[in-house]
Amino acid sequence: MQFKTASSPHMVHNNSVQTLMFKVLLAMIPGTIAMIVFFGWGVLINIIFASVVALSAEALMLWIRNRPIKPYLTDGSALLTAWLLALALPQLAPWWLTLIGVAFAIIVAKHLYGGLGFNPFNPAMVGYVVVIISFPKEMTQWVPPLLEDYTLLSFTETARIIFFNELPLTYGWDAITMATPLDTVKTQLGLELSINEIENHKTYGPMFGSIGGFGWEWVNGLFLASGLYLVIKGVIDWRIPAGLIAALLILSNTFALYDYASYTPPTFHLFSGGIMLAAFFIATDPVTAATTTKGRWLYGAGIGVFIFIIRTWGAYPDGIAFAVLLMNMAAPLLDYYTMPRAFGHRWTEFPHHHKEHEDE
Amino acid sequence: MSRSAHHLWHFHGGLKLPGNKAQSTARPVFNASIPKRLVIPVQQHIGEQGKLLVQVGDRVLKGQTLAESSQYISAPVHASTSGTVIDIDELPAPHPSGLNTLCVVIEADGKDQWIELEPVKYPISKSPAQLRQLVRKAGVVGLGGATFPTAVKVNPGPGAYIDTLIINGAECEPYISCDDMLMREHADELVSGCELIQYMVASKHCLIAIEDNKPEAISALQAVIKDRALHNIEVVVIPTLYPTGGEKQLIKVLTHKEVPSDGFPSDVGVLVQNVGTAVAVHKAIHLGEPLISRIVTITGEGVNEPQNMQVLIGTSISELIEQCGGYHKDASKLIMGGPMMGFTLQTDHLPVTKACNCILVENTPAEAPPQMPCIRCGACATVCPAQLLPQQLYWHASSKNFDLVQDYHLFDCIECGCCNHVCPSQIPLVQYYRFAKTEIWSQERDRIKSDHARVRHDFRQARLELEKKEREEKLRKKKEMLAKKKQAEAEAAKDGKTVDVDPKKAAIEAAMKRVQEKKAAQQTGSDSPKE
Repeated sequence: MQFKTASSPHMVHNNSVQTLMFKVLLAMIPGTIAMIVFFGWGVLINIIFASVVALSAEALMLWIRNRPIKPYLTDGSALLTAWLLALALPQLAPWWLTLIGVAFAIIVAKHLYGGLGFNPFNPAMVGYVVVIISFPKEMTQWVPPLLEDYTLLSFTETARIIFFNELPLTYGWDAITMATPLDTVKTQLGLELSINEIENHKTYGPMFGSIGGFGWEWVNGLFLASGLYLVIKGVIDWRIPAGLIAALLILSNTFALYDYASYTPPTFHLFSGGIMLAAFFIATDPVTAATTTKGRWLYGAGIGVFIFIIRTWGAYPDGIAFAVLLMNMAAPLLDYYTMPRAFGHRWTEFPHHHKEHEDE
Repeated sequence: MSRSAHHLWHFHGGLKLPGNKAQSTARPVFNASIPKRLVIPVQQHIGEQGKLLVQVGDRVLKGQTLAESSQYISAPVHASTSGTVIDIDELPAPHPSGLNTLCVVIEADGKDQWIELEPVKYPISKSPAQLRQLVRKAGVVGLGGATFPTAVKVNPGPGAYIDTLIINGAECEPYISCDDMLMREHADELVSGCELIQYMVASKHCLIAIEDNKPEAISALQAVIKDRALHNIEVVVIPTLYPTGGEKQLIKVLTHKEVPSDGFPSDVGVLVQNVGTAVAVHKAIHLGEPLISRIVTITGEGVNEPQNMQVLIGTSISELIEQCGGYHKDASKLIMGGPMMGFTLQTDHLPVTKACNCILVENTPAEAPPQMPCIRCGACATVCPAQLLPQQLYWHASSKNFDLVQDYHLFDCIECGCCNHVCPSQIPLVQYYRFAKTEIWSQERDRIKSDHARVRHDFRQARLELEKKEREEKLRKKKEMLAKKKQAEAEAAKDGKTVDVDPKKAAIEAAMKRVQEKKAAQQTGSDSPKE
């Protein structure tokens, strides 16, 4: 009898990239529902449209690159990119904005670098940066979170705005869009108002809610909860979100203590904008992040630091995309210099190969 | 079962794997029948191959030495039963390489007649060196799989100090249960073996480490130790975690010491022996029996009646499978060793060797998810017991960057397969590491060869140069001489007379002159009357 030969180990296991990606996608559902509740149907329309674009672009690129289409198309990575980007875009962003962002993310940021596993930059963040730099005006079309004064647009009304640029007769753009709390803080601080004055302002005071902005605190709270669930389940590593949140907390706290009138409090920093989504779902993209234990701490902390810098002194209200891309660049270096001490080796040995090269 | 009071530590990573040991532990160890034909490979150990002491046609007795070497790192092999040597040839043996090796084929006579054994009744009356000699003569090698000659291992050497003897009964790999059964059924002999090794290496403590999934073995050993009131041998129950049975991992768990990457356990005052080896040492000294059989686990979904068997070295695997109810109809993979580190065999017409702890027969497995690119999730690094970065090793090994792959400590990889087992992309990581190791070794060999060739070339070049120089020197001297001569001739021509530089010529000429003068004188003398 002839038997099959193979290299060890021989135990078969069912881990797969697909399972990993779908677990992350599932964990994004609660936060996404909260966003739909507070920001309207635009969120859902964006997600669906972005997913269709992402999957089409992925299929097209796989076909051009002569790769097997089925396993890659169903691995969930393109879907995750689309979903993350859709959540980051304004709810009433015109369809072509989503199309450009997602297509650029999949085609250029992902496939031109070699596809899954080979892209040095987070595709969703590349897509986001492309559209925010190219179309700054459209990127401000955020719907105010559902408040008494505002009426939620119906699904069809939202779809008509997105796809045909047709506003409902009764409203103008000003009535249905509004700057985000982060944006407002930035503008008003520039007008020499104090944090206290801004938060208690008659017109835009209510949007600040109790800690991170009305609606935003719910969205962030839910992303935090499901992110922690992923950490407990071992799907994502806890060090990156921990590093990010810790850095942001320490910096914002220090500055708020130093001058509470000009620097927003740490609670606002953590629960406004896309912080929790970034900490647990964007920064943890394994392909573009650091992989060593210490490297992940530093990587997360680096993103936190850059977010704070961009939010406080930069030109953009929220700096997540830029912070992530900057740290993407640093990831290989972090990995190299945070190599763990291998079993039976001494710490002092590293980096031994530099010595060897000097010897030559 | 009480947990041991011994303090335990952790090694990095590791995996909790389904044990699958119960299938083969239900029945006591079964004595496999004496086969008609035994194939005994001469090389069953790490080190020098022995020289044959028998010829085709010789009658041999059970326990008779078939081959041995005078080299230090070596172990003899013995006839597993009595019979006739019918063939000595290069035959297939179970080895990852799949290459043939020199084997002695014995046709058994069924009498199973022993040579005269020389048991040592009072080992304490002998010196450790004498006992080591007996262990050596008995052909005892590490039965955990490494097959390193035990006599060498139990010799700490000058200056070395063994504080703790660790007897490895962890048996962390799934399916394998031969050590478990050995501990259950031969606890007494095991403890006796521990005492002997302790005496040979002069260690203070002896720890028998057993994973907590083997309660029967633990209580059997504890009973023997209690019975004999031994104070320096202790059973230590350790958590079941793969690969806790790895030598360096086990030392870490029990002593918190890390064996240096380029060192040996003795560097941290530890010696590790497998439980099977300890029993073999007991048999070698107390009974005078050489190592001619071992317990083998025959298990897996692909075999009908999984069990443990006491098997004579040289028995064909196919005969063992027959005695275990034959193959399941879906059997497709034959593995020697466990599912994590074992290697596949193409055929079952191979002999059981000293290294063979388990024969695992697998059915056609359910299809695994497709292989995908590495997404750098780092799951592999989390489970790596050597604290390496498997994803980086993979990256550099697959791009054949053999310098960087060594920077990432490729050669500290123990090929346990943990990284492989957790990889969501289903990448056969260990295969890449083996490839890189083999490439580096062959490059190293090539480098040594080319260095050698270069030295030879350089030497030849230097020799040729020297010869050329010598030739040139000769030529130059000759030329010089000619030039001088010419110059002298020219000078002589200028002076109007011939200058003979050659003294010979001058002498001849002078002599001729003298002769002529003489002649002339004689002529004048004969012409003129005598005075």
